[in-house]
Amino acid sequence: MASEIRRKTPEELLRECQAEEAAAKKGHLKIFLGYASGVGKSFRMLDEARRRRERGQDVVVGAIQPQVPPEVEALLKNLEVIPLKPVDNGTAIDLETLIRRHPVVCFIDGLAYNNPPGLRNPTRWKDVQDLLNAGIKVIASVNVQYVAELQKDIQAITGKQVMQTVPVSFIESADEIEIVDAPPEEPMERSAEEQAKAQERERRLSRLRELALVLAADVVDHQLNEYLECHGLKQQFGANERILVCITPRANMQEMMEMAQIMTDRFHGELTVAYVNQPNISSDDQAALDARLAIANAAGAHIEILEGDDPADALLEFARSRGITQLFVGHSQRTGLSRLWGSPIGKLIRDSRGMDVRVFPQ
Amino acid sequence: MGYAAGVGKTYKMLEEAHELKSAGVDIVVGYFEPHGRRDTIAKSEGLETIPRKNVDYRGSAFEEMDTDSILARHPQACVVDEFPHTNVPGSARDKRWEDVQVLLDAGVDVLTTMNIQHLESLNDQVWNISGVRVRETVPDWVVQQADEVVMVDLTPRALLHRLQRGVVYERAKAEQALQKFFRESTLVALRELALRQAAYEVEHRISNGQTLAGSDAEAPVPPIKHHKILVLVTASPRSAMAIRRAKRVSDFLRAECFAVTVQPSGDLSGLPESDREAVDRHLNFARNLHIETRILEADDVASAVVDFARRNQVTQIFVTRPRGWSSLPALSRDPVQRIIGLAKDMQIVIVSDREPVAR
Repeated sequence: MASEIRRKTPEELLRECQAEEAAAKKGHLKIFLGYASGVGKSFRMLDEARRRRERGQDVVVGAIQPQVPPEVEALLKNLEVIPLKPVDNGTAIDLETLIRRHPVVCFIDGLAYNNPPGLRNPTRWKDVQDLLNAGIKVIASVNVQYVAELQKDIQAITGKQVMQTVPVSFIESADEIEIVDAPPEEPMERSAEEQAKAQERERRLSRLRELALVLAADVVDHQLNEYLECHGLKQQFGANERILVCITPRANMQEMMEMAQIMTDRFHGELTVAYVNQPNISSDDQAALDARLAIANAAGAHIEILEGDDPADALLEFARSRGITQLFVGHSQRTGLSRLWGSPIGKLIRDSRGMDVRVFPQ
Repeated sequence: MGYAAGVGKTYKMLEEAHELKSAGVDIVVGYFEPHGRRDTIAKSEGLETIPRKNVDYRGSAFEEMDTDSILARHPQACVVDEFPHTNVPGSARDKRWEDVQVLLDAGVDVLTTMNIQHLESLNDQVWNISGVRVRETVPDWVVQQADEVVMVDLTPRALLHRLQRGVVYERAKAEQALQKFFRESTLVALRELALRQAAYEVEHRISNGQTLAGSDAEAPVPPIKHHKILVLVTASPRSAMAIRRAKRVSDFLRAECFAVTVQPSGDLSGLPESDREAVDRHLNFARNLHIETRILEADDVASAVVDFARRNQVTQIFVTRPRGWSSLPALSRDPVQRIIGLAKDMQIVIVSDREPVAR
């Protein structure tokens, strides 16, 4: 990340120290993310358990899947497993035993399980939080289908909704995330009907795979921002496309938003709409502005109302602080060189280092 | 596809080669770069390897993949490490990816490895992130031709741990590497780029599959309003950035992309030597990325570009940021200003510099 050293504010230093303190006490969380069962998450994860054990680390397996393939079975033979605890109407990880046993690393294969009622926590990921709070490092696996916030997409792809989920905030809280990627298995030569079915399945899996990759990228992006913040580094140009649509009461909202949404969608980027507060605007302009902000809101954009005497400066300062990569601006004063030169747009083009400027006709 | 040396690409590829072999596929190793990594070398054992070819260049011996011998052997599948590699001068082809094209054309399936920083359209972003200008690049269309792109992932922390243990490079080289690509923030950002690219590659293949399979009522590709992109090429070294960016955006939008330069004589002959060379190089660069190029004959750059764009239903014009915009006289000579003024029916994208900031 291109970056520049800047002086840290006292708040930042404080936040940094608190983060470090919290990290020292709490266990480290690593998540293996897959897009379907059978991509090899369990194997990859438990193979890490084997390597750690061979290096002399105290590792324990706290949860395994109900059915395991032979290669996973072979790995489990040489690992200490604390089996799931049978309780009324189901099973759960044996939290008390694990905390008492207190290994350096605990492996949890499958995060998205609801616990039977009556236990300390309603879900397994909350049990994992308890393990982390007890200072145990946890390495866990989860499939993208079980991420709570993605259920709408998942349902569109698979036609099914799962009841046992993990919130994305928990996945984002992981210190490390690793994606287990593999192409869906190619359909074998079969009857035309079977082949069509297999192709359909492959397409579904590919879409889940895309979701998993984007989720992993978003988590990594989150980590990157935290890292930069924690080290007092200022982001110049990120790995993610961040679009800032700068609007005025007379902005050609439709074309700008249409393009912004297409770009955000295609690049899996982030969309922000910003307006710099102007003093004494007419009631007509206020109404026009409100209508435009409502469009932005409906489009799911982040909305920022900025303050500042100079609109271009206010926009650029905000854009730099957020690692914006593309500025969208409307341009109505298309006559006269000196007018563009002196206009906010001229200034944006001149001073927007690290950002593309997309000028829209009005 | 990986994001740095040492994430395990070659290992994973050789593992798959073994699986294919046990499934009865006739597979050979066409080129393998051991880098002294013990685990990886062990994985290469038990696979038939086609010996490398010795190539002499300026009195030194170099080893390259022996494409002719692989063709003569004609296996079903072939493992080729380091896809973006540049062959030593005097080889039949400049780039290893061109050798791979030859193998594919002959009907040999290929498994190969590359890191995200070698993808052409990301060259400026990688420069910005890492401070390294990667010279060995692979055009995006070459990667898009792959039937599958698989992300080989490892967390940066685990990778740095490997590097410190001397698994990736010997000590001296490892220390050097830590100064460049292997800063933690750089690795995290490159990894994010790789994940996003892998997601794009997966999506690209779903959409193409749908086109081939014909009607798919269940989930059609969201329709995108038809876009056409034009990029203005000049002698400015920033032209390459504008071309890369225009190409990347047009790929993501599934839009057509053209590159034009405007010359009063209709060819490059009227230009001073250094400018002629630069414009020619930029046009060539665009063509290598599969962008159609055109030289427009006109005195007035801005009006020629806008007229051409209008005639060809272009919706977006990409230009480089004007140099010396800190003073008004310089601005008045720059066509970008006038293009914005003239193209009232198009979007104009002023492509930014992506120079890395000094640390």
